[in-house]
Order: sequence, then C-alpha cells, then structure tokens
Amino acid sequence: MSVLVYVEQAEGKFKKSVYEAVSYAKAIADQQSTNLTAISIGNVADAELKELGKYGASKVLNVNTDQLKTFVNQAYASVIAAAAEKENANIVVLSNSFSGKGLAPRIAVKLKAGLADGAVELPSADGKFAVKKTAFSGKAFAITELTSTNKVIALNPNAFGVKESSGDATIETFTADVKQSDLGTVIKDIVRATDKISLPDAELVVSAGRGLKGPENWGMIEELAGLLGAATACSKPVSDADWRPHSEHVGQTGIAISPNLYIAIGISGAIQHLAGVSSSKVIVVINKDPEAPFFKVADYGIVGDAFEIVPKLIEALKAHKA
Amino acid sequence: MKILVCISNVPDTTTKITFTNDNTEFNTAGVQYIVNPYDEIALSRAIELTEGGKGTVTVINVGEASTDPTIRKALAIGADDAVRINAAPRDAYFVAKQIAEYAKDKDFNIILTGRESIDYNGNQVAAMVGEFLDIPSISIIKKLDIDGDTATIEREIEGGKEIVTVTGKFIASCAEGTAEAKIPNMRGIMSARTKPLNVIEPVAIEEVTKITKYETPAPRGTVKLIPADQAAQLIDLLHTEAKVI
Repeated sequence: MSVLVYVEQAEGKFKKSVYEAVSYAKAIADQQSTNLTAISIGNVADAELKELGKYGASKVLNVNTDQLKTFVNQAYASVIAAAAEKENANIVVLSNSFSGKGLAPRIAVKLKAGLADGAVELPSADGKFAVKKTAFSGKAFAITELTSTNKVIALNPNAFGVKESSGDATIETFTADVKQSDLGTVIKDIVRATDKISLPDAELVVSAGRGLKGPENWGMIEELAGLLGAATACSKPVSDADWRPHSEHVGQTGIAISPNLYIAIGISGAIQHLAGVSSSKVIVVINKDPEAPFFKVADYGIVGDAFEIVPKLIEALKAHKA
Repeated sequence: MKILVCISNVPDTTTKITFTNDNTEFNTAGVQYIVNPYDEIALSRAIELTEGGKGTVTVINVGEASTDPTIRKALAIGADDAVRINAAPRDAYFVAKQIAEYAKDKDFNIILTGRESIDYNGNQVAAMVGEFLDIPSISIIKKLDIDGDTATIEREIEGGKEIVTVTGKFIASCAEGTAEAKIPNMRGIMSARTKPLNVIEPVAIEEVTKITKYETPAPRGTVKLIPADQAAQLIDLLHTEAKVI
C-alpha cells in the first residue's frame, strides 16, 4: 500500500496548489505509515521534479513522452491508474483544478474507487477514511466515507496549505501504454492571460458588483488588485451584463473560491453569491448600504461609497508598500 | 444527431441549507426543486444544436418519482423525450453507471451534463460516464460547435482557455457561456405533459462512498466596521491583525 499524488504541470512548472496537494498526500501517507510517490506527466526539468521531495514525495515517476506532452484527461487517467497499480497505491490524490476535475472521476472509475472531490481536510484516522468536502456550493460540508478499497481525493486549493518536510525525491522514468482511442481529444490552441492571476488558485481576491455602475469603472478595481497581487472577480449580475467575463463570476453558479482574503466592493451579498465565497478566510465588505446582507458574514466592513473608498485604499496601499 | 442530456433535481439556489436527524440528512422541508442550472445550460445548447429537424434531445435523470416535475420542466424547455432511472441518486459513481448502462447500446452522438450539480458539486458524472463508455469527456466547457462529425469545444483552464476538437462520440459538462438558459413557453409547458417519460429500473452497483454527516460553516464573529473617512486603517488591519497582506 502506498499513496500516489498526481502533480499537474503548466508549461513545465508546478504551482502552489501542486505543492499543497503533495503536502496533503504526504500527511495521508504518514497517517497510513507508508510512502508517497508523485507522478508528473509532460516535459518538466529534473530540478523542478526534485523540488517535490521538499514537500514529502520520496519518489517521482516522470512520464515524458511526445504522445503525452499536452493534457488529455482520458490518456492521463490511463497512465495514472497504471502507475497506481505499479506502485500498489490504493490512495490517489490530486488537485481539484479544472484539469483535476476532468481527471479524478476517470481515475476513480478505472480503480473502482470512491472519489471525494473538493476535500478540505485530511481523512479521519479512525479507519473509516471519512473526508470532509464542500457541498451545496459552499453552504455546507459533507463528511464522506470512502468505503471502497481504492480511494481518490481531489483537494480544494488553499484548503490545506503548503507544508515542507525534509526529504529527497528520486526520479524514475515511467511509461505506460496509451491506447490510440485514449487520445480522441485534440488540443488546437491554449490561450492564457499570462498577466492575470488565476482565480481558483488566488490567495487574494478583489471582487466587485453592480455598485460599480458600469464596466468603465473597473480601472480602480484592477489597480487595487494589482497592488495587492490579487485576482479580480465579480458577481453574477455583472457577468450576466457582460461587464466582466463569465470566468470572473464567483458564487453558487460561478466559481467557488476560498482565498485568504476576499474583498467585496459594491456587492450586496445575495445567498447565491455568499455560497461561493463563504469559505474565504478573511472577508472585507465595502458597501454604501449598511443593511447589505454581506456585512453579516464579513470580518471587516466599511459603509461608504466605493468611488470614495477604493481610491483611499489604493493610496494607503501605495504608502504601505513604500 | 441524437443528444442525451443528463439532468439533476436540485434545491432552488435560494434555499437555506439545513439538516435533520442529527445532521445526517438534508432537510427537504419546504425546499423547492429545480433543474440544476448548469444542466439547463447543457439542455439549452442541445436544443439549439438540434433545432429545425437536425436531431432529437433526450433527457435522463436518476431519481425517484418525486423528480418527475423537474423532468417535465426539462421537457417543457424543449427536450423531445425523457428517461428516469428509478432510484435515489446515491453518489456520482452510482448515477454515472446508471446513465452509462442506459446509453451504452443507444446511438447518442453527444452526451451533455452541467458542469456540476449545485447540491453535491461533484463535476464527476460526465467524466465517469465517459470512462464507463470509453469515450472522450471534456469537463467545464464554455462553447460547443458541431460541424459534421467533429465538435469544436472551448474549455476553461486555470487563467485561460483551451480549444479542443473531438471526432465521434463524446460527453461534455457545460458551464456558463455554452448557451443562454431557455425559459419554457406556454406551448412547451402544454406539450411537456404528453411527451414520453420512460421509467427504467436501475442496475445493481457496489457502494464506493457514503455520506455520514453534514456540517454547516462555522458562523463568523461580528464585523469590525471601519469609518469611511478612515478607510486607510483597513490596510493596516489586514496587515497587522488579519495578517493576510
């Protein structure tokens, strides 16, 4: 028995959410008194792979073939399941990222495994392997026992944190047969907004709503986010009105996020919006309506006009950084 | 073109989520059920793609008889017929297996789901059905166009998007952007009553997960209000007290 963690690379690099998944998988391996193996697919330099040792991987399986250069969930699932078999791993951990969401269910079916996605805590150590996961779009958590022999867990970003442990990882080349039919999805193009921080991974998020009155007023939101190193987000009415792209919509029918800091500007806090952001660690609400429901779940609040408050914050932040 | 759309019966988005029986069961008292909003997007795109005699749309739901009103709503929006697998949806694995068992010997060209259900938020069913049927699955798509036997799909990735093509059968889970959700009109509502809704018994499947308890998020303390004319204080507090910047 061992634990296998899939480490998702983007252009040859690992992101914080990957180190977080490795740290989490290491903690599970410790619980089970076993070792942690990582599997990387794609072209990643040895130095970058070695880095995984710092977070607890004792071995890294490196799959670097032309066939598997770009992410195809069907083929990647086959390789990861083959690695789990070879390593005799009955627990597979990965990040609950966009790619992870396309991958974890396929691995679960291949391994006849129960899947806990959106996990926010370690499994219980009482032998029941009960995992706390988000449910009802952030309005609740479901404690889910994985009753099958094999188990797959997809960890939510920012839920566990990165934890360093001492250790070195050995790197091993790994290959697995991939059927041609596993490569049915062909990637034509990848468009990345490289200057922007991706919302699901972001530790800090600045979000704005209808209180901003129009898309032309987002300059100050972007400036504030830029100074903080934060991602920008918005409420549903704003993305519905095409003031901002759908990819920025957080809430029950948008993206659910759990950053360390969520600043909501001109958002009243409808129950559907709160669902997507309530697991943020610190919530700041800026709204001119003192009765806005958002203040009930906020840690810090300012009652006032966004057009006056935000420039003051930008100024204060510039002074703070200087 | 034959499209199968998988729909979930979920609590209305305004529902206050509470639990009963020592927090082991979802409290359904007074809860209104709806077609999962993302599934509505999937259904709407399926209808657009088959409009004008270009194909048919079947909706499938795994649920007990109490979900029939939700299925009728999907028929009112414009699906041609419906199938209900007569079982309480135990978990995504169970639901996906039931759908795959139904679909495996039918000739659906495309299967669509919503990106996730708003109750258990799994985003699991599409990729699981794909694996059970050994066909490509594309998760969290934002655009779907069909040209002959080839689909061009835009899917969301961290900090951007990916454009993929797939030829032949596939399953995809749809997010916002794929289509505008259609609202049923009176004619749709009338005709939904007489459209076929076939009830099929489930196949037996081993249990892989079990929800044993629910928790609600811990309530937050009271908000610390900062006077508007001292807004700059917020930055200090976030730095020294909350320690998040």
